[in-house]
Amino acid sequence: MARVIFLEERCKGCQLCTAVCPKGIIVMSDSTNGMGYHPASVPEQDKCTGCGICALVCPDMAIVVEREEKAV
Amino acid sequence: MKKAFSRPQSLLDVPFHYCPGCTHGVAHRLVGEVIDELGIQDNVIGHAPVGCAVFTMDYFDFDMISAAHGRAPAVATGVKRVLPDRVVFTYQGDGDLAAIGTGEFVHAAVRGEKITCIFINNAVYGMTGGQMAPTTLPGQKTKTTPFGRDSVISGYPIKVCEMLTPLDGAAYIARAAVHSPRAIIQAKKAIKKAFQVQMAGLGFSLVEILSTCPTNWGLTPLEAVKWLEENMIPYFPLGEYKVPAAGVI
Repeated sequence: MARVIFLEERCKGCQLCTAVCPKGIIVMSDSTNGMGYHPASVPEQDKCTGCGICALVCPDMAIVVEREEKAV
Repeated sequence: MKKAFSRPQSLLDVPFHYCPGCTHGVAHRLVGEVIDELGIQDNVIGHAPVGCAVFTMDYFDFDMISAAHGRAPAVATGVKRVLPDRVVFTYQGDGDLAAIGTGEFVHAAVRGEKITCIFINNAVYGMTGGQMAPTTLPGQKTKTTPFGRDSVISGYPIKVCEMLTPLDGAAYIARAAVHSPRAIIQAKKAIKKAFQVQMAGLGFSLVEILSTCPTNWGLTPLEAVKWLEENMIPYFPLGEYKVPAAGVI
């Protein structure tokens, strides 16, 4: 179980994350944030594997990745 | 759930002022992550340049000094000599380090100063509006070379890593990029090694990071990443140019 949290107020809509997502599930939102950008979002959270590549390339640290801790 | 990826502790929780898609943010994060991993947040002194990254002291959560244009390695030299137990680094762009600051970083390397330079190369003057920089590629259009850089008139780009490699005082010289996930991981390794070289007292270390400037290149962030890969990397090959002997760090 994993999920990504997009801090929409930090996103500048550069779309770098949309190009690197292996599942291709990141889309640009139709709404605008406080800075006037269309933020990236993941409507289909259940398809996210939590690989974190989107967060790796995000220049504004607008993405937080959470993963379930592995059972020892 | 456990946070698998979030902001490093060395970076304050404030938004960057950089343009959308500018990879300065990635470079900042990598420096922050490396400082966290090495556990030196209370023992590091950074030097901000003049240029787009002039506000780095607003973002990093440790001591920062703002140096005059291009003079960060000279200020860092003084700081390191007075406080040799501190980890001292500069964060400079190409208009700062490779143009007005050429004397400073070359002689810091010649003297083997135990400092680290993080050099962001985006082939253009960013903050002043996209004029030709020393690292502008031949044929590249900028505000001051509207028909492309003509090597007959403007000469050739400066290759910082290749230039420093023969110097005995330089201990670690590497060029990385932040245009792809793989390159970002390698860039982080290079930054970490540069800091470790300094902490081991081996000499001068510099990591050149090829970065994008979508605004001044006149491209979208995604086009800029592609442009960097297709044009900058062939001219500025990535890799480690000088490494300390195996087993030293």
